[in-house]
Amino acid sequence: MSQMPRPDTAELRAKYPGVFERPASARLAMPAMIVGALAIFVYGLVDLDFSPTKLITGMSQLGWITMMMIPPNPGSSFPLYMQALGETLSIALLGTTLAALLALPVSLLAARNVIPSNLIRFPVRRFLDSIRGVDTLIWALVWINVVGLGPFAGVLAIMVSDFGAFGKLFSEAIEAADRKQVEGIRASGGNALHEIRFGLLPQVLPVIAGQVLYFIESNTRSATIIGIVGAGGIGLQLAEQIRVLEWQKVSFLILMILIAVAAIDFISSKLRFAIIGQRAVV
Amino acid sequence: MATAISILPAQQLATLNDAYRKAVARKRLKATVAAAVFCAALFVAALGADVNLHTFFTYFGNFLSYFDRILTLDSGARVWTDPLEWFWGLKKWLRLLGETLLISYVGTLTGAVFAFALNFFAAQNTSPGPWVRFIVRRLLEFARTVPGIVFALIFVIAFGLGPMAGVLAIAIHTTGALGKLFAEIVENADMKPVEGIRSTGASWLSCMRFAILPQVSAGYASYALLRFEINVREASVMGFVGAGGIGQELVVAIRKFYYSDVSAILVTIIVTVFIIDISTGWLRGRLFGKETRR
Repeated sequence: MSQMPRPDTAELRAKYPGVFERPASARLAMPAMIVGALAIFVYGLVDLDFSPTKLITGMSQLGWITMMMIPPNPGSSFPLYMQALGETLSIALLGTTLAALLALPVSLLAARNVIPSNLIRFPVRRFLDSIRGVDTLIWALVWINVVGLGPFAGVLAIMVSDFGAFGKLFSEAIEAADRKQVEGIRASGGNALHEIRFGLLPQVLPVIAGQVLYFIESNTRSATIIGIVGAGGIGLQLAEQIRVLEWQKVSFLILMILIAVAAIDFISSKLRFAIIGQRAVV
Repeated sequence: MATAISILPAQQLATLNDAYRKAVARKRLKATVAAAVFCAALFVAALGADVNLHTFFTYFGNFLSYFDRILTLDSGARVWTDPLEWFWGLKKWLRLLGETLLISYVGTLTGAVFAFALNFFAAQNTSPGPWVRFIVRRLLEFARTVPGIVFALIFVIAFGLGPMAGVLAIAIHTTGALGKLFAEIVENADMKPVEGIRSTGASWLSCMRFAILPQVSAGYASYALLRFEINVREASVMGFVGAGGIGQELVVAIRKFYYSDVSAILVTIIVTVFIIDISTGWLRGRLFGKETRR
């Protein structure tokens, strides 16, 4: 058996000074960052009024609440809750579909390979960015001011906030599309609309369908949230029952939401595979 | 120069055309049925969600004029003519925004630490046992699926009004979301280093520390930064239920129709979110640009 030759440390050191003697800035960067992050964390704890006593009383309170939640029991309001759940699912489905329909034409304006001019694309993109910067809950509050309390405000809130997200995602999908089909259409004498209809859309529609399904799924969650500010659905019931401390009903409602979300997850992942086939799911 | 294209004899062509038409017709039928089912679902949903087009068109003007109103000062002038008057409460709002950022920072860090502690148990290749994995996975799923603001509502009752409820709500939701992502990174890690370390007689803990952690830490930090971005948005609405931050001020302004305040607060929130997005994006590029480029 042969022995490995012993490395000549001195020679290696001379050859690769960067490996053996890293500059102080590189060596200290990591610890300095960790200390900095911890310092901000501690400052945050102090500034946000964290105290052990508060934490302990809160925890015992929480434990008590959890005890009160068992067993989950809807009382006599089960039909009402089922109706509210249906309302929530309706809000998610309708809001997402409307958003997708509105976002498709706008996303064409934001895609580089459709509109080469920066003059249109830039303002459209910033517009979509600002819509996305505002949370769904805030849109819900605004729409409640406009169309009044109820699920319709929720539909419109989801529609507006998803419009921003879809605009961006769709335009990215369009930019990632293959140029060759578009060029083929142009070569055979098609105009700009033909290029979009027969060159781009067949490529991007499956991607878009996958994204829309994914959003319907995640909007089931958003739709439960916006009920809390008064935009209908199961969130409204949940917020009310929390406020009146009916913990058994609260836990039942949470359970209902969990089951509904899991069911929608299951259905939409099946559908997505059916639409996109064996390709990777976005 | 004209080129003659040979055309198949009519009989052959007819069979081919026939087959083509059949294939297209089957596809069309499928698409039509799918569209019909979808439209029916939409119709049912529209009934369920009380969609009232009449209300919509009557009040749609209100939506547009709402933006007109929030961009008008009490004096009737446009907001940008008098920025000092528009941003009269800037000092207070900036303090609340700072609180919002702190809530999301502390919440993200706490959540990331818990996710870090749990993810090795949730990943298929490193979990010490299937039942541990099952329990941890269900826990993370629960924390992820229940919306953060629902936790906040409950915590406000348990811990009292204030930012602490917001921090805890964000921390729990972050634990669920990051725990899943972290576990996925671990599942993609190379298992050879683990075997190497185990062959030296090391414990499970040492295997994780010296074989897995060096491979995954960059991905962890990257996801945690991304989560921080998301949590800033989430923290900005925690105030709606009394869990601290700028949301409280915003909801009061919207509900009491302090129009110009609404736009001013929204602008400060949007600008802050932009700044955070850009700076974390820059930081991620700086820190992990080289490592994550595969």
